[in-house]
Amino acid sequence: MVEAPRFPHAMKAPAADAGLAVTFDEPLPLDSGRSLQPFTVAYMTYGALNADRTNAVLICHALTMDQFVASDNPVTGKPGWWVDMVGPGKPIDTDRFFVICANVIGGCMGSTGPSDTDPASGKPYGLNFPLVTVRDMVRAQKRLVEHLGIAKLLAVIGGSMGGMQALQWAASYPDCIKAVVPIACAARHSAQNIAFHEVGRQAIMADPDWRGGEYQMHDTRPSKGLAVARMAAHITYVSETALQRKFGRALQNRGAKSFQFSPDFQIESYLHHQGASFVDRFDANSYLYITRAMDYFDLAEEHGGRLSDVFGLNAPRFCIISFTSDWLFPPVENKRIAHALNAVAAQVSFVEIKSDKGHDAFLLDEPEMYAAIRGFLNHAAGT
Amino acid sequence: MSLRPDLAAIADMIRPGARVLDVGCGDGALLEHLVATKGVDGRGIEIAQANVNACVARGLAVVQGDADSDLGDYPAQVFDAVILSQTIQATEKPKAVLNHLLRIGRRTAVSLPNFGYWKVRLGLLSGGRMPHTRELSYDWWDTPNIHLCTLADFVDLTRECGAAIVEAHALDDKGKAVRINPAKLTDSYMGPNLFARGAIFLLKKN
Repeated sequence: MVEAPRFPHAMKAPAADAGLAVTFDEPLPLDSGRSLQPFTVAYMTYGALNADRTNAVLICHALTMDQFVASDNPVTGKPGWWVDMVGPGKPIDTDRFFVICANVIGGCMGSTGPSDTDPASGKPYGLNFPLVTVRDMVRAQKRLVEHLGIAKLLAVIGGSMGGMQALQWAASYPDCIKAVVPIACAARHSAQNIAFHEVGRQAIMADPDWRGGEYQMHDTRPSKGLAVARMAAHITYVSETALQRKFGRALQNRGAKSFQFSPDFQIESYLHHQGASFVDRFDANSYLYITRAMDYFDLAEEHGGRLSDVFGLNAPRFCIISFTSDWLFPPVENKRIAHALNAVAAQVSFVEIKSDKGHDAFLLDEPEMYAAIRGFLNHAAGT
Repeated sequence: MSLRPDLAAIADMIRPGARVLDVGCGDGALLEHLVATKGVDGRGIEIAQANVNACVARGLAVVQGDADSDLGDYPAQVFDAVILSQTIQATEKPKAVLNHLLRIGRRTAVSLPNFGYWKVRLGLLSGGRMPHTRELSYDWWDTPNIHLCTLADFVDLTRECGAAIVEAHALDDKGKAVRINPAKLTDSYMGPNLFARGAIFLLKKN
């Protein structure tokens, strides 16, 4: 059943294209052993599917992103999160390619997540929502791709958690993809990354307004906790160099230190802003679930840690992209994937782009990334 | 597009359908040629961003990295041929690099400029300054070529690394590759070590 997506947050740009949502009545089996039934996938498409259905590119979004990759976000009113990458004449050229981007399950932008109503109780799921994994997200996307009548994707592309999904696509459905572009990601979440996520989750859970996850029932929102989670996470997305360059020790709207705890420094005020604007568009329980999904990601776990065993002779071609100053998903983690793929003779390229912008570089203006993706996609489309 | 003569000579050494690793593959011209004409399974390692992007756009499998730090990640004897063209003189540890190449590949093709070439010798002898030639065009203070050697020196290194020279080709004054007897590189003061601009060696581990 296809309908307009429902967002739990107020829409600042109700005129923006809200995309579509498709609800599947067949259950979605999950790694936890539980299942979701029914479940909804909200998505956007850009460009047109060609007659032989060979030009579809699936973009997978990162932790706090959504399906609005190349058009105004109806909830925030802001431009899409990858407008310099995706669009007419852009590296992922919507004049040539049919681009699909879906909100992950567990999310809060129209796909089934913890803020939706649990059909069993008639109340919001809250913590009764099953834990989902990156593989579960990909399973849901596969159902969407089938629903759209596409047997084989030209490419699956994503950064950060989107890169994890791209890797999972290659592992789960190698025959259904021609090319994969995992960007700034890893085949497993590191101890350091799990640690940062746990700090964020504990901040949310420590907020009295979280109410054991049942804040919707109490008409409260754990905004303070979610904002702190976002502030902590945001630090991991940027490099020390970028922070120093942008803020240094500059003071915010004042000539001297206040000798109080109100934000003196520009970096403090910036983080407060990041936190405050995040809570207007994101659901706290979704944050818990999606960070957990990333923590659980370990592609080689079922293969005794041997990453090369994940991929077979039918592996699609890869272009793995990393950034030198990304300390959240450092180049060495990305390169590990390339070596594992090389070991099974897969066609894999590994690109390590010099950038001082940290993990967020994949969302920013990085001409070498654009060039690499444009060249890789064009070749994949032409052969 | 025609290949540089030294690359063409290397291409002639590669068997059809081979698994090939080109270390320092540049913009991928040689690899693309080998894929197109010999159906090889080609892979590259390249450090420069623009070259890496050029390889990716050609549909080649290239890993951005460098010979000094990345070769240790490759398992032994997985490639039929490993190529190192005009790169060994720019590595930090040429001996370690050569040992890795001999370990990774069943055959190793190495091309290098000859610091014993008569114009190089004459340049240093007559001018008293670091020589500039077509192959070695940099000033001493910004050259990437930090480990230059003569062809005879390189033959010594192959012995040191336990490698046998399967074939050797000298690049003559006109840049043409001519097959030579490698013994002549160390046995005689005249010969290719004096007259060749560079050479290409096909090596295998003893």
